Amino acid sequence: MRVREHILRMSTDGGCFTGASLSCVDLLVYLYSRFLNVTPETVADPSRDYLLLSKGHDVPALYSVFAELGFIDSTRLANHLSVDDDIYWHPNRNVRGVEFHSGSLGHLLSVGIGLAYDIKRTHGSNRVVVILGDGELNEGSVWEAMLVARALRLDNLIAIIDRNAFQANMRTEELIPLEPIAAKVDAFGWSVSSVDGHNFEALENTFGAWKPIADSPQMVIAATQRGRGVPSITDRSDRWFCNFTADEVEALIGELHGSAPATLKSETLIVR
Amino acid sequence: MIPYEQCLLDLANADDRVVIMTAENRGHMRNIPPYLGDRFVDVGIAEQTMIGAAAGMALRGRVVVTHALASFLTLRPLEFIRDDVGIPALPVIMVGMVPGVLSDGNGPTHQAIDDVMHMRGIPNINVCCPADIDELVDALPVLARSGRPWYVRYHASERIVPHVVPFEIGKAHTVIAADAEQVDVTILTYGYMVQHAVRAADQLIDEGLAVRVVNMRTLQPVDIDAILHCVATSRTIVTVEDHLRQGGLYSIVAETLLEAHRTADVLPIDLGLTWFPAGRLPDVLSVSGLDSTSIATRILHHVGHSR
Repeated sequence: MRVREHILRMSTDGGCFTGASLSCVDLLVYLYSRFLNVTPETVADPSRDYLLLSKGHDVPALYSVFAELGFIDSTRLANHLSVDDDIYWHPNRNVRGVEFHSGSLGHLLSVGIGLAYDIKRTHGSNRVVVILGDGELNEGSVWEAMLVARALRLDNLIAIIDRNAFQANMRTEELIPLEPIAAKVDAFGWSVSSVDGHNFEALENTFGAWKPIADSPQMVIAATQRGRGVPSITDRSDRWFCNFTADEVEALIGELHGSAPATLKSETLIVR
Repeated sequence: MIPYEQCLLDLANADDRVVIMTAENRGHMRNIPPYLGDRFVDVGIAEQTMIGAAAGMALRGRVVVTHALASFLTLRPLEFIRDDVGIPALPVIMVGMVPGVLSDGNGPTHQAIDDVMHMRGIPNINVCCPADIDELVDALPVLARSGRPWYVRYHASERIVPHVVPFEIGKAHTVIAADAEQVDVTILTYGYMVQHAVRAADQLIDEGLAVRVVNMRTLQPVDIDAILHCVATSRTIVTVEDHLRQGGLYSIVAETLLEAHRTADVLPIDLGLTWFPAGRLPDVLSVSGLDSTSIATRILHHVGHSR
């Protein structure tokens, strides 16, 4: 809830990718608090687990999780879009905890391959998690990397698709249909599973007893909702990038806590 | 084992951080995989994934030497080079095979004649263009030790001239020095064209001209002092390159002169602004005006000397 509040507070005075951030909040909270072997003290430890945010525009969710877990001081979130800090619309490695910058889609599965390969080669037991957007699967480089990851037998590589069913302007199935994703990824030789990306019990069932599967990278398709937690901006194609007024933000935070739906006048900024 | 294979093996043996990658371009490293084991990675025909994965390995402290045909290496994953290697300035060395006219019979898709332009156009990416196998072998360990990203225009012909001056980043090498301090012509060149420039210079010297030939060796960083010294001591500067007019050495010389508030008589000999006709290498050179006789003739005509 606090993470969602942070995201909403970053959705004004310049705005951010609110919808995409709210869809992966629960995933990131779960992964950083229960699954990933990394803490603010071990961000440079070669034996840590790595998380790469390939759909970098949901970085408000990552930074908000970092603030709650002590990777960064939560007061830094107020520096969003300040040229004096590195907190902007996509991840920057200068922010503690960020493993690699992103912004252009379709890059970090291949970077994850390099990390995972080197870990295996040096007999490490750490894991590499790459968060992909579902719209990001339009990029051919993701599928190219899937082929290579299987060829290199990277059983320490886990990709998670934040399957919120929207890309920038519309539903994925309306623009470039992706289904059946599971069958496609399976055909690439990966092990595939699905999970409710907002249900901590379900996430625990998927990741709690995680084990490598011989020679096989693993893909988890996490069913999520764009704008999850705030009904008036949930599952809407026009609430991807949001720049609300301060009053609207307060109303949306009220809505998050169960108040009446916010009245929104701000229109979505079309950046793409 | 060919010298480049030995060079890669020596590099890997001397430094356990080194990993060799290729996008199924094995022609110049066919014999080394058994010696390198898991430090040799062939990702198949997947240049984008190769560059991204090389960045991932470099994040874990590796120095990664990647290979593909120069046109595919520089263009297909251009954004991966910019974003994943250039922005974080990771020690990834990108070795482009058959650059420039060396793609001879392949046709325009394979012609890396814009590679210097693209690579030097990315902040943090450095560019090295060895004149022969000796210079390549000398350079590679220096580039690996530098901790910086490099694009290498692969060229491994037999030694052209003795490399009496040790390879140094950002230092040009004068391969033909005239007796006089003031010369008629200085040819600035790099890579495969060094040998043709040297032969052209021999012809010009026979015609009675005082000629100097400078092998630039690295184009980013470039030896600014050498360029300005040559400008100060030459009646005419000639840039010779198997590259487009834009973005290569001619552009570098122009930028250098402008920044130094200087001007000079500069004759560019290059591929102009178009692809070259594909064919056998000697024919490609002559039809492009890049064989030694064509170079010499162009220069003689330019300086008003008839033969």
